[in-house]
Amino acid sequence: MRTRFQQGLDELRQKLLRMGGLAEQAVDRACQAYRDRDLSRCQLVLENESLINAAEREIDELAFDLLAMQQPMAGDLRFILAVTKINADLERVGDQSVNIAERVMDMVELPAVDLPVDIPRMAAAVSAMVRRALESFVEGKAELAQAVLEMDNVVDRMRDEAFIMLVKTMNERPEATRQALDALLVARNLERVADHATNIAEDVIFWVRGFDVRHNVPDPDSQSQQEIKRT
Amino acid sequence: MSEAKVSSAKARSAPPQVSVWRRFVNHLMTGVAVLTVLIVLVPLVAIFGYLLYKGFGSINWAFLTQTPKPVGEPGGGMANAIVGSMFILAIGSLIGVPLGIGAGIYLSEYGRNRFGDAIRFISDVLNGVPSIVIGIVAYGVVVLRQKHFSALAGGFALAIMMIPTIARTTEQMLLLVPQAIREAAYGLGIPRWRATLSITLRTATSGVITGVMLAFARVAGETAPLLFTAFGNQFWNLRLDQPTAALPLQIFTYAISPFDEWHRQAWAGALVLIVLIVGAVAAVRIAVSRGTLAGAR
Amino acid sequence: MGVGIQVKALNAWYGKTQALYDINLHMQANHATALIGPSGCGKSTFIRCLNRMHETIPEARVEGRVQFGDFDAYNGTSPTQLRRRVGMVFQKPNPFPTMSIYDNVASGLKLNGFRNRKQLDDTVETALQASALWEEVKDDLHKKSGAGLSGGQQQRLCIARALAVQPEVLLMDEPCSALDPISTGKIEELIFQLKEKYTIVIVTHNMQQAARVAEFTGFFLLGKMVEFDKTEKIFTNPSDKRTEDYITGRFG
Repeated sequence: MRTRFQQGLDELRQKLLRMGGLAEQAVDRACQAYRDRDLSRCQLVLENESLINAAEREIDELAFDLLAMQQPMAGDLRFILAVTKINADLERVGDQSVNIAERVMDMVELPAVDLPVDIPRMAAAVSAMVRRALESFVEGKAELAQAVLEMDNVVDRMRDEAFIMLVKTMNERPEATRQALDALLVARNLERVADHATNIAEDVIFWVRGFDVRHNVPDPDSQSQQEIKRT
Repeated sequence: MSEAKVSSAKARSAPPQVSVWRRFVNHLMTGVAVLTVLIVLVPLVAIFGYLLYKGFGSINWAFLTQTPKPVGEPGGGMANAIVGSMFILAIGSLIGVPLGIGAGIYLSEYGRNRFGDAIRFISDVLNGVPSIVIGIVAYGVVVLRQKHFSALAGGFALAIMMIPTIARTTEQMLLLVPQAIREAAYGLGIPRWRATLSITLRTATSGVITGVMLAFARVAGETAPLLFTAFGNQFWNLRLDQPTAALPLQIFTYAISPFDEWHRQAWAGALVLIVLIVGAVAAVRIAVSRGTLAGAR
Repeated sequence: MGVGIQVKALNAWYGKTQALYDINLHMQANHATALIGPSGCGKSTFIRCLNRMHETIPEARVEGRVQFGDFDAYNGTSPTQLRRRVGMVFQKPNPFPTMSIYDNVASGLKLNGFRNRKQLDDTVETALQASALWEEVKDDLHKKSGAGLSGGQQQRLCIARALAVQPEVLLMDEPCSALDPISTGKIEELIFQLKEKYTIVIVTHNMQQAARVAEFTGFFLLGKMVEFDKTEKIFTNPSDKRTEDYITGRFG
């Protein structure tokens, strides 16, 4: 039944996944560029940004069309709404990747210094969050999305640590201020990417469970909440 | 591109053999239909025309207002027969119409079962009974009891003839009323009997009246049932228990007589009878259409 | 004012075939409840059990309880008495064709014995106002037949006819399915206003319509009521998969 509509939904899903892939790739590339001080990778990130923006437009158009023409209800409606929100978050992820790449381009011109922060470790965590969020969308599994929400706390702590360490560095070694600043900004960009991954996870939970868990309203159905109630 | 042009040009200019033949057949069939209508109209027009021709000259004021004169005397009229016919028809309608409509209502609303089928069968059989037999039955039932011939007996016989027709057409007309109308009435909390009379029957009114007029027109000209019931009368009679004159009877008596004068009057009587029947039906039709609202069926 | 409707263990049969299985439902007073479901699911049968129209079909049978406020529809009330308190509007507009507009609206009263001319005049006007038809027909009340109106007007006439009897509940069996979008819109507006004074139960094939006019929706499938909840819940996040499948067009 409703083959055209089903095809539309499938197309929307594919397009979003492809865009997710592009965004994931952008983050990974930007972080690798940081680790390897690689300008060519930065260039790639900047070039692929337009692809991500084009994908965002396409997905919004398709979602709008399906809403207007197919009168989606219940699960289908939540799915399409979730897609439009995830769409926006993925585009912002692309933007943040560009920001990181620009920081790297700035950093490469300066002499390399040793900084007391493990940006690559943070990058790996953030990358994992993005991947897991997209996975939860593909599988339609709210538990996977829930895991992403929990990882956000870890990343936040990493960023706070990085701030403290880098400010201390700037005080102690003023000649490394610019590099430290660049690192600080990259850390901040990574934390923003984590936030967007969290948003994506929340949107997936809304789609799958029909419950809005944004802004830290707990999902009444989630396991941890059940346990809290029982104790 | 050019090939397409050539083939479509060919299609346009090719002589359409098939369509000429079909047009011819179409016209032929239309002609046949018109012809059959004319053939059917011919006897109708011929009868009326012949009646007019033969009878018109004999209609005069005397004819319409006087009773028959004794044999041999010229003049006289059929006034008593005209009035008598109306009288007998009125009695017959008074008995036959309510009974017929009632039976029709029963059959349509409550009789969708074996019992109803049995009644329908009997009604159809009754319809086919020869009118003279009905006259004899009326003789046995009414005349022998009253010990006279009478207008009542005549009306009784005519009623028996009217009932099957009225019942069947009433049933058909009521069945035509959509079930949705009945449901609307029930939905308003109107009891079933009330809904049937005031809504269903009212919706079918024009059809029911057509059925009644059909029956009326048929019995208005019946002679055989009146032979042993109303019997005929040379004089005025408006009592229920005396023999009464009727136009068909009078026409019959005069027509088989050896007198030219009476033959003349018979023709006139026949013309008057036809005019009265047509007039009655037309009058009812006009009255019904005047009473119908704008937009109603 | 409207009354609440309580249905307990309602079962219905057409001869030997069972059409409704153990329906339990509560419909709130002065609210609109929509009943949706695929063809043959029993929603029309159900609504006809509410005003005992189901009984008019030969060999039809009903078991269970239907309670309107404090009176029981099946015990101690005759069908005609019941139907004066529970009005019905049908799928295809069915005004009485040989009666004028006035007579159509007044028919429920006149044929139940009310003859006071002034009272009838007032009731007819009120009913026609309530169904948003007064302005369009006030000059032709006695001249035009009920069948001489457009489809949308005819349906509003039927609504006025039902309202003239001053029921407490109005049952509507797919009232807009034979109408164009504009007439449908007018009637939906009407339902909104009618909710203040009456309790409305509306059967509809059109899910968007149910979403637009009703606070509560019940989903019927194969003679059973699968889910009954607030309309927003049914249409954004239904609890039962069968409801979800029907609403998203996977079947039906």
